[in-house]
Amino acid sequence: MANGSKQIVDFAKIKATMADPYKHPVQVINGDGKVVDPDTLAKYSDDQLVDFMKKMVWERTLHEQTMNFSRQGRLGFYAPTAGEEASEMGSVTAFKEQDFLLPAYRDLPQMIQHGTTVAKGFLWSKGHVQGNQYENPNMLFPQIIIGAQYAETAGVALGIKKNGDKDRVAFVYTGDGGTSQGDWYEGINFTSAYQAPAVFFVQNNGWAISVPRKKQTGAETLAQKAVAMGVPSVQVDGMDIVAVHEVAKAARDFAVAGNGPVVIETLTYRYGAHSSAGDDPSRYRTKEEEKPWFDADPLIRMRKVLTDKGVWSQDQEDKLVEQYKDEFKDAMKEAEAAPAQKVSDFLKWTYNVPTPAVKKQIAEFEAKESK
Amino acid sequence: MAKMTYIKAITSGLDQVLADDPKTLIFGEDVGKNGGVFRTTVDLQDKYGEDRVFDTPLAESGILGLAIGLSLTGWRPIPEIQFMGFTFEAMDGIVGQLARDHYRFGGQKNFPVTIRTPFGGGTHTAEMHADNLENYFVSTPGLRVVTASNPYDAKGLVISAIESDDPVLFMENLKLYRSMKDEVPDDKYTVPLDSAKVVREGTDITLVAYSAEVNEALTAADALAKDNISAEVIDLRSLSPIDTDTIYASIDKTHKVVVIQEAQRMAGVGAVVASDIAEDKIMSLDAPIGRVAAPDSVYPFAQAENDWIPNSDDIEAKAREIFNY
Repeated sequence: MANGSKQIVDFAKIKATMADPYKHPVQVINGDGKVVDPDTLAKYSDDQLVDFMKKMVWERTLHEQTMNFSRQGRLGFYAPTAGEEASEMGSVTAFKEQDFLLPAYRDLPQMIQHGTTVAKGFLWSKGHVQGNQYENPNMLFPQIIIGAQYAETAGVALGIKKNGDKDRVAFVYTGDGGTSQGDWYEGINFTSAYQAPAVFFVQNNGWAISVPRKKQTGAETLAQKAVAMGVPSVQVDGMDIVAVHEVAKAARDFAVAGNGPVVIETLTYRYGAHSSAGDDPSRYRTKEEEKPWFDADPLIRMRKVLTDKGVWSQDQEDKLVEQYKDEFKDAMKEAEAAPAQKVSDFLKWTYNVPTPAVKKQIAEFEAKESK
Repeated sequence: MAKMTYIKAITSGLDQVLADDPKTLIFGEDVGKNGGVFRTTVDLQDKYGEDRVFDTPLAESGILGLAIGLSLTGWRPIPEIQFMGFTFEAMDGIVGQLARDHYRFGGQKNFPVTIRTPFGGGTHTAEMHADNLENYFVSTPGLRVVTASNPYDAKGLVISAIESDDPVLFMENLKLYRSMKDEVPDDKYTVPLDSAKVVREGTDITLVAYSAEVNEALTAADALAKDNISAEVIDLRSLSPIDTDTIYASIDKTHKVVVIQEAQRMAGVGAVVASDIAEDKIMSLDAPIGRVAAPDSVYPFAQAENDWIPNSDDIEAKAREIFNY
């Protein structure tokens, strides 16, 4: 081809414009606590906004208390959630009790909001079966295999559609690293193929343990990956609880109306370590990177909005923190009082109808356990 | 009662559970309009509609995710994995998730999924289409693994598998699909999920096999009978769990045993059976436990399959060796 002649396709231009629809993440309150979308904010009563704030204070206090418990050796694997309060509380509150939640391991706060207790959350972390048994049956336990919950969401969503439930959706969470899994695509793609009702959340907190978001993919945004599956998607400021809630609600409405699934990428940040089990972020990221995120803190900006409205005070918040701390300490006591687990029960739950070999082992362990 | 091929017997079983239980769903790659690449689900979409029998996108892990999610919303899924070699793509779904979920919930929820998948050598397929991969699955707590050696059992077992509230891997032997016919009742009937069957009675030596190797063992038993060696042949039918009672009762009679499998010898079903026998029945044996299995190479290139797969001659030779020990 001669120099300067027009090529049949301009890949450079296609590449440069792929992320164009995602240039402006949805935002209602910006990082300085300034209201940038007053019309949307006006849809919310002061009570609703105060409730959002309370939930974020609750989650931040839960985070701090669980870090204390971890240091005391009273929890097992636990994924810290500080920084992700707006993303987690803003989203889960957009769903109804009958909606089916498929969480990952950083989603205990949403699970507790959706229908279980703090004590059950602690029991899950400590490694106890009661941590997998919830008051609200519309929920799976936290998924450990990154992405598997996305594949399962397709089945829940299709099941909902086949059951003819008109006001019910599946909703699911993963992180930025999760978007690299094959199951991530398969789950969204199956749901799209069946036009089943589901809302897929990607909490992009910047880090998959030590691997930064940029190393997961050449795609400029994670949200745009949904386009390949024929699914509408959006980026939202994940430190802005009102924006997250508003987007999540719109997604739920879209899905229950029979339009198929939605993908939502929340832009948030993992303030702390990947887990309580020895991860040290100073090995792979700088204080300079962290600072702007800490400054954009979801609680700080909401506190400013509510204080300006005259419906929030530091004194009120301090009292709440103390109240929540007491609740979490009580929950830990409750978790610690859970009955010891029996291997004979593990055997009984392995099959619905125990096999001959398992029956024999049940008898062996029951004999040991009765001693 | 009608003469039916192995594959028709499975189709007949599927047809009857679809008719009886409106919560059953068949899905997988090409199972809809095409009726499956082997026609196992032929005409079922026409009969029960696209809501009940439907194609999936081409992704095995997604198919397993679909099955688990459908269980969580009250359905009884019957996914097909088009060839057993493709189960590797669904390994997390089968082993990491499905098999464990009843346990994880402390018994609160059931996952009544039956995964149907064709396997087995001798039909000169493309690579990854014929392997005996049961060894990977029989070591999975929470998952039942069954396979039939004849049309009657194929229908009864597939119905039992689907009606079971436990997840079941139902392995369908490719070579047997159209190579054998049997009297199969038109009505619905079940074959128990965890019981082996004595398919030929004998007094001198016990041959334990499953799937296509049962028919090889029966041929070997015919040859042995000519020399007045009376072989009892047991069809395991269930690979997990193993029905040791039936095997032990036979050994108490014959005191000699050969364990046979089409899969490679390493860490297989035969090894489990042999170790169970060694643990519980060694004092009843008059000879070492004999084993017949494929060699420990990767599954052979199609042209050489018949040099690799254990056949009736191999079984006969091993049985003579153990009998004359």
